[in-house]
Amino acid sequence: MPDAGVLRVTCTLNGRRSVLEGHPMARLLDALRSSGLTGAKEGCGEGECGACGVLLDGTLVNSCLTPLAHAEGASITTIEGVATDQMLHEVQEAFLEYGGAQCGICTPGMVMAAVELLSRTAEPTEEDVRVALAGNLCRCTGYMRIFESVLEAAKRR
Amino acid sequence: MIPLLDKYQLVVPRSLREALDDLAKHPSARPFAGGTDLMVVLEAGHLPEGRYVSLQNCPELLGIQALDGGGIPGHRSLGEGVSIGALTTYTEIQRSARLAREYPLLGVAARETGGVATQNRGTIGGNIANASPAADTPPVLLVYDAELELMSASGIRRVPYHGFHRGYKNMDLAPGEIIGRVILPSRSVWLPPSAFARSASADRRSLGGGWSGGTSDQRGSYYRKVGTRRAQAIAKVCFAGTIRVDNGVVQDTRIALGSVAPTVIRALATEEALRGQQLDSNTIAAAERALLSEIAPIDDIRSTARYRSRVAGNLLREFLSSALSPGPLP
Amino acid sequence: METPQIGRSVRRKEGRAKVTGQALYVDDAAPAGILHGVTVRSPIARGRITGITFDPAIPWDEYVVVTAADIPGTNRVKLIADDQPYLATDVVNHPEEPVVLIAHADRARADEARRRVTIEIDPLPPVLSIDDALAGREIIWGTDNVFKRYAVVKGDVDKALAEAPIVVEGEYETGAQEQLYIEPNGMLAVADREHGITVWGSMQCPYYIHNALAELFALPTERIRVVQMETGGGFGGKEEYPSVIAGHAALLAWKAKRPVKMIYGRSEDMAATTKRHPARTKHRTAVSRDGRLLAMDIDFTIDGGAYCTLSPVVLSRGTIHAAGPYSCPNVRVQGRAVATNVPPHGAFRGFGAPQSIFALERHMDRVAAAVGLTPEQFRRRNFIQPGDTLAVGQTISEPVNMPALLDRALSVSDYHAKRERFARENGGRAIKKGIGLAAFMHGAGFTGSGEVHLQSIVGVEGTAGGWVRVLAASTEIGQGTNTIFSQIAAEALGIDCADVEVVQPDTSVVPNSGPTVASRTCMVVGKLVESAALGVKHALIDAGYLPAVYTRSEFQSACTRYVAAFGSLRGTSQYQPPPGLRWDDDKYVGDAYGTYGWAVYVAEVSVDMTTWETRVDDFVAVQEVGKVINPTLAAGQIEGGVAQGIGWALYEDVVWREGRMANAQMTNYIMPTSMDLPPISVYFEEVPYRYGPAGAKGIGELPMDGPAPAIFNAVANATGIDVRRLPLTPERLMSLMEPAGA
Repeated sequence: MPDAGVLRVTCTLNGRRSVLEGHPMARLLDALRSSGLTGAKEGCGEGECGACGVLLDGTLVNSCLTPLAHAEGASITTIEGVATDQMLHEVQEAFLEYGGAQCGICTPGMVMAAVELLSRTAEPTEEDVRVALAGNLCRCTGYMRIFESVLEAAKRR
Repeated sequence: MIPLLDKYQLVVPRSLREALDDLAKHPSARPFAGGTDLMVVLEAGHLPEGRYVSLQNCPELLGIQALDGGGIPGHRSLGEGVSIGALTTYTEIQRSARLAREYPLLGVAARETGGVATQNRGTIGGNIANASPAADTPPVLLVYDAELELMSASGIRRVPYHGFHRGYKNMDLAPGEIIGRVILPSRSVWLPPSAFARSASADRRSLGGGWSGGTSDQRGSYYRKVGTRRAQAIAKVCFAGTIRVDNGVVQDTRIALGSVAPTVIRALATEEALRGQQLDSNTIAAAERALLSEIAPIDDIRSTARYRSRVAGNLLREFLSSALSPGPLP
Repeated sequence: METPQIGRSVRRKEGRAKVTGQALYVDDAAPAGILHGVTVRSPIARGRITGITFDPAIPWDEYVVVTAADIPGTNRVKLIADDQPYLATDVVNHPEEPVVLIAHADRARADEARRRVTIEIDPLPPVLSIDDALAGREIIWGTDNVFKRYAVVKGDVDKALAEAPIVVEGEYETGAQEQLYIEPNGMLAVADREHGITVWGSMQCPYYIHNALAELFALPTERIRVVQMETGGGFGGKEEYPSVIAGHAALLAWKAKRPVKMIYGRSEDMAATTKRHPARTKHRTAVSRDGRLLAMDIDFTIDGGAYCTLSPVVLSRGTIHAAGPYSCPNVRVQGRAVATNVPPHGAFRGFGAPQSIFALERHMDRVAAAVGLTPEQFRRRNFIQPGDTLAVGQTISEPVNMPALLDRALSVSDYHAKRERFARENGGRAIKKGIGLAAFMHGAGFTGSGEVHLQSIVGVEGTAGGWVRVLAASTEIGQGTNTIFSQIAAEALGIDCADVEVVQPDTSVVPNSGPTVASRTCMVVGKLVESAALGVKHALIDAGYLPAVYTRSEFQSACTRYVAAFGSLRGTSQYQPPPGLRWDDDKYVGDAYGTYGWAVYVAEVSVDMTTWETRVDDFVAVQEVGKVINPTLAAGQIEGGVAQGIGWALYEDVVWREGRMANAQMTNYIMPTSMDLPPISVYFEEVPYRYGPAGAKGIGELPMDGPAPAIFNAVANATGIDVRRLPLTPERLMSLMEPAGA
């Protein structure tokens, strides 16, 4: 167990076995972004805005608050891994149709939070959606179209 | 700001034993749980340099276990109750049916902490060790008379949670020692298992609690966090309380608050002003005076001392008023 | 012809890239050999720089360091008064003012070095409030600390006030507001003497940066290239300040001869860049006993911060909007923008109008009460009518119908029943409910002769492949530029908007269609898109390649043949003011805007007497913005603006300590989350505007104006407390309800 320096973390990244490298305390966000997966965004660096959201073993985490060392052996899904081949996820489709994305910077995190919600709650109420997205700040939409998108996505699943 | 990471080490031992040995070997090393506080402090440039020991491969620190009968293997229990591993996340707390039944304020407080992503990674032990006076869950632990199992390479020691915070960010924690588990004793179960417990999210207010019983032997509990917004807020005042009233007389009560002192506090003088008293307006006024005498709120960027005092008093009144007329909270 | 392209909720053009994480923002770009730039800033509000110390423990030879001495051209950000330096030299005038720039290949090392530079400053007494500035004990700008004054005068206000049976006075205050786009500011620059300068970044106005860099480097504009990357929100916050960041990144790149990326951290962005101008408005209103406005005397002062930047134009819009959608024979509005030693305040959605409209609409409720009318009765009695003349001298020629908007807003919000029920039920309750409204308008496009001076140009190209390209410098910042331009061009050309590409703004490719501000993109630039597209169509028809009625494939093949024959197919359109529009810059009178959006908003609130917290329970937004191009995008604009208005009214409090924002974190500067906003119901009345594309007007800023006064009026209705200072934090409401010492 090396004490410091570069850590090589083996994980499953969007379904593929991958190696991420960096300082053990480096943010998973930075490791992902420097590996070319720039979909997760940094909006605040303090776990407040949720734009860096990814799924770690199926649960939503802020990758800006996740040290790289904690990704060892984990299965990570980023926004780039949500659509399969050319098929968008229901949440992504609904965001397009109902105006859930405006400037798009919160969208990756918003989509990940919504995907996580639908993975555990088949028929969410608007209140469920509000609670599930409370850690994802959006300055453009006022959230209304995002709620509608997620509720519609749930209906289509 | 962007921290220079070469001044930090983060090791991930493969077991609790290895982690405790590592902490023993490096007295200045610090435990690292979910990271939802420490990584923020790191980004802010305030994380002390040095060695951090991740606890993530420590199954002994996971799970919500009943202490009926033998307790958890290897740890003799002192009585029935619930043992919550320090690495239990806020999400796991919210999903525990047993906690919702017996210690309902805990789930309410957990829901109030950050957003889903924070709740998925933030841990109850980490929340205690972060020692924020504004933490959402610790006031609940105080009213439930929680105890802590502190673990180190040389063994386990059990201490009451009340008194654990000795001052601002100052804890009764020796070098090499970690918070291992949080014990909620059965004596602090405030509601019979069948009792109705209201949840905070049902009415989208930071208010939760429940009531049971008739005019004799009523038991109630109450939790309210006052932040500026309804999610992702740092508490300006946080209030947790339990109370038992028999024919209008307060038999027992426990009250704790956050964000009104350098640590979360148990409001002992307030409790004393209530215990054994007829719950009427005189008693409530006396309790409020007692409360104001034992809190020490400050002005900061989030609120003012005056607001915190007035709201703390109002929350006490709301709590006690609901005890006078149990039923749906306002 | 294809199906109509206007009035349809077609999907956002770049939406797929955004929902899949493929959209590229500036921080997503990582060219080889890049350096990371950081900024050393003034720690204090005002003082004289006596020295700069570089900690010898840092190996400075590994770093690129830039000070004002390295600037090849003019050390002033080109805008209006050109008074703001890129890097301070002898004095600092606000906290966080940039002084030194540093770059290193390792971002953490760059930031470490930043903390090891000490700016030595002899402090001078700072001016930190409007009152301080007007008192003039310290003069920090010009001769009197005033950047700009405006006066709008109609009739004889003094006489009317002296003779009026009832005069109502009031003073209203609004605080600073952070734009809080979720993508912090950032720029990437490549610069050298051989190739000139190229910057890519997050911005609203590529040509502002283009012009600014030319002056900074004393280079001809053709040596400068500015490219907009996907931009994660702007709201005005990326109007003028990006010129500073682009300049800084380019200065470092110029010296380093390597690409330099400069991405602001959240705290830096909040503390150092612009915010909405704090404002104070005083009203004296003369009214007849039957509730007719006789005179409005309005004094409007905004805090511009340390440099002039955009304050004159913010002041101008705020001044013109200060008297609102009312008919009044005697009006005087005196506006002034003052200097203080805080970071310059700047553009933010609404641009001065939300501040003056907040004061007006809160005041109108108080005037109504003074004459014994309900808020809606009083407004109805005084609404402006077609043919009436605004204070600024503009005669309303469009068919505005404020009473109809009011009727609809009252009806869909169930206003009367709720107002009655709340009055009946509030007594003794711990949670008091109230409902309130605001009526307002917002001018679309630049003020006065602004559009004439801009002379915006748009190009539309037919390509050999048969699709169409729109060339404009107007940026997509989330508001839907790409999509509505496609719809407008497609409608004009009779094709499908899928066949239209809106080219990424790049000053080496697109003409200057002006800045992406002032609710002008749809109405003004969209109109140019429409006419340039029509130019393409007519070229094809005139050349005989296209019949008057045609199919999509006929259009495509016509483009192909035209380009084969002539090499290119391009329509260009340049701004022409609508006929009859007149504005006198010197006298400051005339047609202030080509047209206005008109609106009535209703807010329903709960005030919790246990915590003094106010929550908006329901919100209704009724507006007339001409023809709606894309209903989903338009509703999204309104909802987003309302959300920002709610935040401004209740939550968003910039805490100042010695001129510095003390709560410059998302944790401590409270914007609404998904749990904090009510359902927002949006209704459009569509009255086509003759000079807008397909009849559309501007929309972006309008929804920022109404929420705050509607909410304040609702809180007053709920509590009986005369609330006049924004934001209405629980602490402030407590102080109003329980004055200290009472």
